[in-house]
Amino acid sequence: MEQLTALIIQKVPALAVAPWAVTLLLIGIVAFIILQFAMVFAGFGTYLERKIAADIQGRIGPNRVGPIGLLQFLADGIKLILKEDIIPTAADNHLFRMAPYLIFTGSFAAFVVVPFGFSLIAADLNIGIYYVMAVTSLVSIGVLLAGWASNNKWSMLGGMRAAAQIVSYEIPVGMALIPAVLIAGSLSTQDIIRSQGGLLGIFGWNLFHNPFSFFSFFLYMVAALAETNRTPFDIPEAESELVSGYNTEYSGIRFGFFFMAEYADVFVVSALATACFLGGWQIPFFNAASLPPVWANLLSLGVFMAKALALVCVIIWIRWTLPRLRVDQLMRMSWKYMVPLTFFNFLGVSLWVLVFKGKGIPQMIASIFG
Amino acid sequence: MEPILFTLFGAIAVGGALLVVTRKNPMSAALSLIMSLFAVAALFVLRQAHFLAAIQVIVYAGAVVVLFIFVIMLINVPENRLPIEKPTVYRLLGVVAAGLLMIEGGLASRNFSAPATAVGEVGSVEAVGHALFTDYLFAFEVTSVLLLAAVVGATVLAKKKI
Repeated sequence: MEQLTALIIQKVPALAVAPWAVTLLLIGIVAFIILQFAMVFAGFGTYLERKIAADIQGRIGPNRVGPIGLLQFLADGIKLILKEDIIPTAADNHLFRMAPYLIFTGSFAAFVVVPFGFSLIAADLNIGIYYVMAVTSLVSIGVLLAGWASNNKWSMLGGMRAAAQIVSYEIPVGMALIPAVLIAGSLSTQDIIRSQGGLLGIFGWNLFHNPFSFFSFFLYMVAALAETNRTPFDIPEAESELVSGYNTEYSGIRFGFFFMAEYADVFVVSALATACFLGGWQIPFFNAASLPPVWANLLSLGVFMAKALALVCVIIWIRWTLPRLRVDQLMRMSWKYMVPLTFFNFLGVSLWVLVFKGKGIPQMIASIFG
Repeated sequence: MEPILFTLFGAIAVGGALLVVTRKNPMSAALSLIMSLFAVAALFVLRQAHFLAAIQVIVYAGAVVVLFIFVIMLINVPENRLPIEKPTVYRLLGVVAAGLLMIEGGLASRNFSAPATAVGEVGSVEAVGHALFTDYLFAFEVTSVLLLAAVVGATVLAKKKI
């Protein structure tokens, strides 16, 4: 951001009187672009979800609005905006209004460190992964508030289940990402992706680095799925027992915010898994730095989005094919299986990095053949 | 830019802390606490201590206050049944003590200059890790024993039959 500001001031010397204004404007523009991306992705995500669900259940799915139903999400969005915004009289007015914004802010803030391409990242923080874990903790507060402020037994139970689930699964999520951090020697998402480059193509990915990082990827996907509160881990909004959980009392655009936050979460989870285990924006067999900047960015953006969207499809696919867990099974799975397994993986990777000086199996095989 | 941001976040932190002790509704108090903690994290970021800021948010806003809110939700006292606290001598003493603390802080900060270490040398991942595993290794390990004792103690208290 500072470099960009310096560049613009260099080009237009008249702006030098207020460099902070230029920085502020740039931050605003970047935030706006990413916000639009999150919104459009939420719309696109609902369409994808309904189409995949329809395919799995042998239906056609949305097909009326626009070609093959592609504009369905616009119709849904307009419907949500036009609907009456009901606030129950028994609800705590201020907290009830605030909760959806807290949840959306928490999910949306994680986009800051999502590495879309070679140099396409809002801010390459040196605590990248950790930052995501920090801001997503806002989500659990928002969910608890939404459940409590609604003043309704279903909502409250849903809110408490959601918070317990998010807090428990935060540990395996963090521990499962550590192998990528250890191999790269950095918490920054861009550094982690850079460490997966080289001429080995897909074998440079952390997924194939060693057996422990291979399992970490799957552990991360399971734990992250639980953190996004989606089936098979969606007991906070289990409609067969809790009506709709913490968002029962919400309607109109406030309900829409819950929806957008959910899809933003799904995308962030897929993006992080891509960045940490699947090579991020690395173009196979190409060094992005040797290409002209525009091409490098466009190509790497394409590669990154392809991988991330494939993972999004997998998450949707899982939702429509697996039954829901029970609440005690969910907790047992986190504390008795996920946490010990991720700890074991963490120790294994530490040992591997120490003994083999950070070399992965593909690199060792490649060095045998010269 | 930095002095403006410092004043802004400092004001939010102090305002949030004041709201914590003045709000009657426990839920509002807990939320004010979160606001204050986030503002302190922002102050850490201003000093380039990104790691400390993230830890602040994860541990306090993400875990500790969530547990507070959990307890408030479970007890769930209706607003009209909250106890009415009358001003007592102890409250007056508390206000006087807070005033004295503020005066002391003001006096102490007069001969306090900016830290000699360069910005970013204190709160980065590397710096915290290095300090934790060299100078403070013993304290660090003993803390983990303390936490283990707390977990075991809580389990013993909560479970009727072990």
